[in-house]
Amino acid sequence: MMSQKIKIMIVIAALVAVALVVPQSGSFVVLLVTRALAFAILAMSVDLLLGYTGMSSMGQAAYFGVGAYLTAVLATKFHIGMGWDFWLVVVMGILIGAALAALFGLFAIRAGGVYFLMITLALGQCVWGLAYRWNSLTGGDNGINMTGRPSFGLDLSNDVTFFYLVFAFFSLSMLALYVLVRSPFGKSLAGIRERELRMQILGYNTWLHKYIAFIIAGGFGGLAGVLWAHTNGHVSPETVVLTTSVDALLMVVLGGAGTLVGAAIGAAIVFGLREFLSTLVPWWQYALGAVYVMTILYLPMGLMGIPKRWRQRNQGKGGETKTLASKPS
Amino acid sequence: MTNKVRNILLGGVLALGLAVPAGAEELRIGFIAPTTGLYAQIGKDMVDGFQLYLDEHGGKLGGADIKLIVEDDQGKPDTGVTKAKKLILQDKVNLFIGGLLASSGYALAPVSTAEKTVYLSSVSSADDLTQRQLEKYPYFLRTSWTSSLPHHPLGQWACDNGFKKVVTIAADYAFGYEVVGGFQKAFEDCGGKVVQKIWPPLGTKDFGPFIPTMKADADAIFTVMVGPMALQFPKQLRGSGVKKPIIGSGVSYDEFVLPFMGDEVIGDVSALHYGAGIDTPENAKFVKAYRTKYGKMPGYYSENNYSTAMWIDEAIKQAGGKWPGPEQFIKLMQGIKINAPRGPVSMDENRNPIENVYIKKVEKTKMFGYEKEELWNKVIKVYPNVSQFWTYGKEKFLAQPVYDRDFPPCKFCE
Repeated sequence: MMSQKIKIMIVIAALVAVALVVPQSGSFVVLLVTRALAFAILAMSVDLLLGYTGMSSMGQAAYFGVGAYLTAVLATKFHIGMGWDFWLVVVMGILIGAALAALFGLFAIRAGGVYFLMITLALGQCVWGLAYRWNSLTGGDNGINMTGRPSFGLDLSNDVTFFYLVFAFFSLSMLALYVLVRSPFGKSLAGIRERELRMQILGYNTWLHKYIAFIIAGGFGGLAGVLWAHTNGHVSPETVVLTTSVDALLMVVLGGAGTLVGAAIGAAIVFGLREFLSTLVPWWQYALGAVYVMTILYLPMGLMGIPKRWRQRNQGKGGETKTLASKPS
Repeated sequence: MTNKVRNILLGGVLALGLAVPAGAEELRIGFIAPTTGLYAQIGKDMVDGFQLYLDEHGGKLGGADIKLIVEDDQGKPDTGVTKAKKLILQDKVNLFIGGLLASSGYALAPVSTAEKTVYLSSVSSADDLTQRQLEKYPYFLRTSWTSSLPHHPLGQWACDNGFKKVVTIAADYAFGYEVVGGFQKAFEDCGGKVVQKIWPPLGTKDFGPFIPTMKADADAIFTVMVGPMALQFPKQLRGSGVKKPIIGSGVSYDEFVLPFMGDEVIGDVSALHYGAGIDTPENAKFVKAYRTKYGKMPGYYSENNYSTAMWIDEAIKQAGGKWPGPEQFIKLMQGIKINAPRGPVSMDENRNPIENVYIKKVEKTKMFGYEKEELWNKVIKVYPNVSQFWTYGKEKFLAQPVYDRDFPPCKFCE
């Protein structure tokens, strides 16, 4: 068993490697990694729910979407957020994501398992519907174009500078979520995931714990949305659509639920296959499909489960692997 | 183990990403089209049209060797932006073309401004890009159409042909609004009345809930059906016994979907700036070449890209076989008048084509020497040299807001 310290060192080394290597590569790679990092924040927020609390949310794109739309609307209609007030927009994005999650949580947390999934899906689609139909605010199907990225001493229109900013947000989010899941609160979430009834008997208000986790995840979703809007310079209902939520969920399952790092790896792989491989070969969808199927069939714990499986095989213990993803809450 | 996976991935990404394209004298053209997903077939038609012209001219345009790089935007504006950046930053293209949906056009135009790279919109028809938002996009030029362009004349035609009251049924998104808006404006200015507007969601397959609500006292139905909707609507409408004439947007009857339709569409009228049934030698040649090569009828998705290639060909020729730089290229393109399969096309001062609009009627007939009786969009009236401002004049037209769900307002709806 690797000690926690070594694991942390590995993650830090990987992050440093990304920060050093990516800016040296082609500008398109910089852009792609920036996109993947912004989306990885969303994926990690899903992991907080799926991997640590045992709630599979199918509506995470809603918080992502409101963050993105908030950024775009403020920038184009009110000229807010293109200078120093970018930081204000970041805070507002987190708050609006959290606020929406606080509202939706009231409806969604009442249910568990597949019902929770259906309710979050429906609520997510409500936001999509609004984005699609509220033409005067969202531009409907055409979406909103933003002109340029913020500039406040740092000129974010430079892709490399912007990459560093998103990278910083990504690293901080990962750190914050790591601290959170290691805290007593995080442990109580894991307890709920494993056996909610027992936690209730122990005297925990499990509803409140889940509700808070849901709100925190919403906040990170909003943050990811703000960054996403500036990555593309364009926000459309496509940002909020169901597949965005599904993508985030798949990334978590692919990388390994309940690991945080897994969500980031999942994001890297999906973006790598979908947006990079697709520039090289026409059959990229088969590759992506094969990766999903193989992961579900052979790596129920995701790619992050590989070391454990490897050890088990070497020790000949046979696979009593636990599937976090399919565990009922 | 974590970093191993990551490093392998990153290594792969880098190794491929650093492959710098060779800097020859060739002209590099990026092409963005949805080659996977819901609109994959249309994406293929777009690429095929452009490729046909290239193949007919030995892979050269205006004397320059062409390197065509096709990228799949999956029909998503976000992905389109990424792919455009890839084409510009990594492949160092001189210009990029394509984009299918109006939303793709809106997303891609700012990229051209930010990266100072020419973007030719060869299908995407969002009105405002060449209207109220034009000055934001100096490197943008459209070789296709604005959504409302063919539908102003259609409104006039419907009015001239004795239709008084029309019900519109259109896909519920920006393109549908702009098409209906154009039709309604011209139709009502001439004295007609749009008495009801119905907006089924984009991608509707079952029109059961919508058909019975259509007002019985209307003379005709104006339709805007996109993709698979086009096939379903006429079938279900006629199936439910409604016999009112249909006048529709050209996209409802584009050759992309026409060969798969049944005889129930015979007699339906539609308008567009192209139709495979245009009976001119230029078009006959194009249709035959296209059918020989791809085994199907070309629709406007193919024609517009074919004529875009023709346009670039002429511009590069005028520039002496070399890339003249983005500003000069746009200037050259604006001065060119081509004789495309769709007829003579020139450019207005807002960088949008002035082109013929064809009022077409679906007929089962033989054309261009083909043996079999097939459904063709036969031209019944030509409105020559139509601009995006129709007869209103630029100033007056631009003073009104862009066509929307509620503009023009439905004055005669109850």
